[in-house]
Amino acid sequence: MAWETVIGLEIHAQLATKSKIFSGASTAYGAEPNTQACAVDLALPGVLPVLNKEAVRMAVKFGLALDAIVPSRSVFARKNYFYPDLPQGYQISQFDLPIVANGHLDITLENGDTKRIGVTRAHLEQDAGKSLHEDFHGLTGIDLNRAGTPLLEIVSEPDIRNAKEAVAYMKKIHALVQYLHICDGNMAEGSFRCDANVSVRPLGQEEFGTRTEIKNLNSFRFVERAINYEVERQIDLLESGGEVVQETRLFDSDKGETRSMRSKEEANDYRYFPCPDLLPVEITEELLNEVRETLPELPDAKRQRFISEFGLSEKDASEISANRDIAEYFEQVATGSGEAKMAANWIMGDLSAHLNKEDMAISNCPVSAQTLTVLIQRITDKTISGKIAKDIFPDLWAGEADVDALIESKGLKQITDTGAIEAMIAEVLAQNPSQVEEFRAGKEKLMGFFVGQVMKASKGKANPGQVNEILRKLLKA
Amino acid sequence: MSLTADEVRKIAYLARLSIQEENIQTYADKLSGILDLVAQMEAVGTDQVEPMAHPQHMTQRLREDVVTESNQRDKFQAIAPATEAGLYLVPKVIE
Repeated sequence: MAWETVIGLEIHAQLATKSKIFSGASTAYGAEPNTQACAVDLALPGVLPVLNKEAVRMAVKFGLALDAIVPSRSVFARKNYFYPDLPQGYQISQFDLPIVANGHLDITLENGDTKRIGVTRAHLEQDAGKSLHEDFHGLTGIDLNRAGTPLLEIVSEPDIRNAKEAVAYMKKIHALVQYLHICDGNMAEGSFRCDANVSVRPLGQEEFGTRTEIKNLNSFRFVERAINYEVERQIDLLESGGEVVQETRLFDSDKGETRSMRSKEEANDYRYFPCPDLLPVEITEELLNEVRETLPELPDAKRQRFISEFGLSEKDASEISANRDIAEYFEQVATGSGEAKMAANWIMGDLSAHLNKEDMAISNCPVSAQTLTVLIQRITDKTISGKIAKDIFPDLWAGEADVDALIESKGLKQITDTGAIEAMIAEVLAQNPSQVEEFRAGKEKLMGFFVGQVMKASKGKANPGQVNEILRKLLKA
Repeated sequence: MSLTADEVRKIAYLARLSIQEENIQTYADKLSGILDLVAQMEAVGTDQVEPMAHPQHMTQRLREDVVTESNQRDKFQAIAPATEAGLYLVPKVIE
């Protein structure tokens, strides 16, 4: 039987505020355990939550970017469950009146087609703390630094049909929240993670199959692997006459499989009710307009502009526009050097290779956009060859900022003097009489050999175009 | 609407309340009474009434995003039953 997969994602994006959603404790990552958990985060008696303005603005910004509805009124609710890393005994979240509703996002499929994925809602909520199960004499250790960190939970419609689409959608949301500067997108630190609701149904059937929820996927690769495993598991189960049980599952990345998380089963009755500690949140027209003013050019618009304005290919434009800092860096270099294609190649090539190697963001890149601009200019004005530019890039990475001084001090200026090049070529030809004979007898392939020898003799400084031209002339002579 | 004894047990479990078996019928009757009152109120036409999320007719005041809390871990942990290496210790929970 042919099966169709149905997937919906719930993405948790940690909002990049300085303080928590309901308290004035810091949200900085990596602090000593419990040094950033104040009385409100610990839910000590008598405390009251006070909502963080910036968290609200960030959620609104996301809503506007998605072309969603941001209602004038939204309400916080209590989601009740017991777990030691949740001192309140409930999570303050939103239920029937979320801050963002009815948005959508277009993803690009592998065949180049565009598909629209509905975003049902996005709501504000507080994160829980962390349980450490290493052995503390048979006890569990609790770190509440993360408790109360603001989260935006972004819920998609069940519009996704396979793991690849899920990853494309997740990547797009990931790029978007970083563009908006509302989330740092750091998946290793848990700032961006997702739960996947997965079900299968016979192709053509209207009704959804029973779904399972895979919790806490914190990398794109895990999302793809977990979904593929889960789809196969459900199909096998159904084809062998079994039934899918609605449950929460965990993805074990070592074994590459999902397994049931039984402990959560009975807790699945959250008894939501409006949080009496918080009043309804009013989103005024004024606030909407104010936030609208701060919206940057979004990834899709940027990609289109990079294609039309700079002549980049669809593929290059997509890659460069996916990260706002890279896009801005590119635009500076492309505009400054007037060589957009070269700028894109350098950024996706040598620059990215160095950044990846040192696991560094472009915002910390030691080679400034200005420096790369000058380097490209020196290639286009023929001061140095592309090869030499690649050779000196590591020096620029190591902190040398003055491209011209570096070319000067290393004596790398390209040789464009025809006489000098002719002299070098004459020497190479004199040293390789048999190859010259073979070439003249018709073995044209040897051209590459001669160019190589001349470039070597010039220590890479001869202008390759001129070398080719003069070589051809002298060999044919 | 009347609650069954099983429903009362489930509600008590979800709220982590320890209740005596002999009291369950009393709870079931009393809780059912509340639900009956709600059912009675449902007969009132409320189409024109905005659902109330809070008894006060006010909207939420917002706080500036500023860190105002300093580390008071020692004070908080002085009243905790068990701590180690800066962590609060609780009976083992396993996913």
